[in-house]
Amino acid sequence: MACPRCDALHRITDVPVGSRARCHRCGTVLMAPREGALTQIVMLAATAFVLMFAAVFFPFLELEAGGRIQRSSVFDAVMAFSEGLMLPLSVAVAGLIVVLPLLRFSAILYALAPMAIGWAPARYATQAFRIAEAMKPWAMAEIFIVGVAVALVKVAGLAQVSLGPAFWAFVALVLVTVLKDNFMCRLTIWKTLEERTRS
Amino acid sequence: MQVDDLENVGRTHEVLTARRAGLVGCTVCGRVHPGQTQVCARCGAPLRLRDQQSLQRVWAWLVAGIIAYIPANTYPMLLTSTLGKKTESTILGGVWDLFEHGSYGIALIVFVASIVIPIGKFLSIAYLAISVKSPEVIRGHGRQRLYEVVEFIGRWSMIDVFVVAILSALVQLNFVATVNPGIAAVSFALSVAFTMLSAQSFDPRMIWDAYEADDT
Repeated sequence: MACPRCDALHRITDVPVGSRARCHRCGTVLMAPREGALTQIVMLAATAFVLMFAAVFFPFLELEAGGRIQRSSVFDAVMAFSEGLMLPLSVAVAGLIVVLPLLRFSAILYALAPMAIGWAPARYATQAFRIAEAMKPWAMAEIFIVGVAVALVKVAGLAQVSLGPAFWAFVALVLVTVLKDNFMCRLTIWKTLEERTRS
Repeated sequence: MQVDDLENVGRTHEVLTARRAGLVGCTVCGRVHPGQTQVCARCGAPLRLRDQQSLQRVWAWLVAGIIAYIPANTYPMLLTSTLGKKTESTILGGVWDLFEHGSYGIALIVFVASIVIPIGKFLSIAYLAISVKSPEVIRGHGRQRLYEVVEFIGRWSMIDVFVVAILSALVQLNFVATVNPGIAAVSFALSVAFTMLSAQSFDPRMIWDAYEADDT
């Protein structure tokens, strides 16, 4: 195999579970297999998928000022830009925080779930997993959380703000996503995908 | 393959690369193919020995990103109206407001995310793209690290766009206050997206190619 970063050639050996193999030229982590990683990734992706629905439709923040209460969900935040010039921004925000993460979870589930329960991979598993990998930098749920924190501070002077259930769903979602990406060793997954498809 | 062999990381010579061996490696899944293969047999990604147009695309996206960044700073990001009073604030203005209100931490986060990171990114990508061509090669590891940091941190600039989105959704109390996004929000989002594309177009293998140039 060749290191994806610097093109140095390596001979594939069995990397013991729990250790890491690095490229001997540039130091990029090439493989880091873990026990039962496949099942864990699939479970976490499924969890994230469910959490996303809660995060989108439940009220996210409650704002109280002058006796009036305003509840907003992520859905409202997305729709906030739906007029005129701001439409492209609205589409971008929706894409980055809801659509792309959802697509990514479903692509991962589609590619890995059959393997996790011992079946042969689905027909377009490789394509699905490649799409999931390509979307990784564009799924920005965790950045949205920090954005929420900043927005809270900005509004705090104007009105009383409290966090809704969707906020916690979103926080959980981010944690699950980070965990999942940590378990995921893409070169090992590619290797397994290939082996299982052939047999 | 060496397991956790950090001693060897510093040694950059005597490395056999896929290209030298007459092979082409997949940048997505790492599989090696004979030199002329077009598509990776394992993951279906297109294969290129070296991406010849890589630098061109890097520069194109980078310039687009810088151009979009200019209106992002000069036009207002937020249009706030409180009790009939209308205020417009740019990115820097928003940071200054937060600073005056005494929320230094948040002011710092916004400042770093929307000023320091984008400008740092422009400079680092330009540096990487220029230094790849220069004959004297220094510190492949440093530049590799720089590339990884740029790739990782770029997305975090989006914070300010999300803040604007949340604020305008949340603050719609008709009499008391309304918040609307300004033109800058769109161009800032575009600028971030363009620079992310620029960083992704960069082929990190080029950093290491220069090492081989002198001994072949």
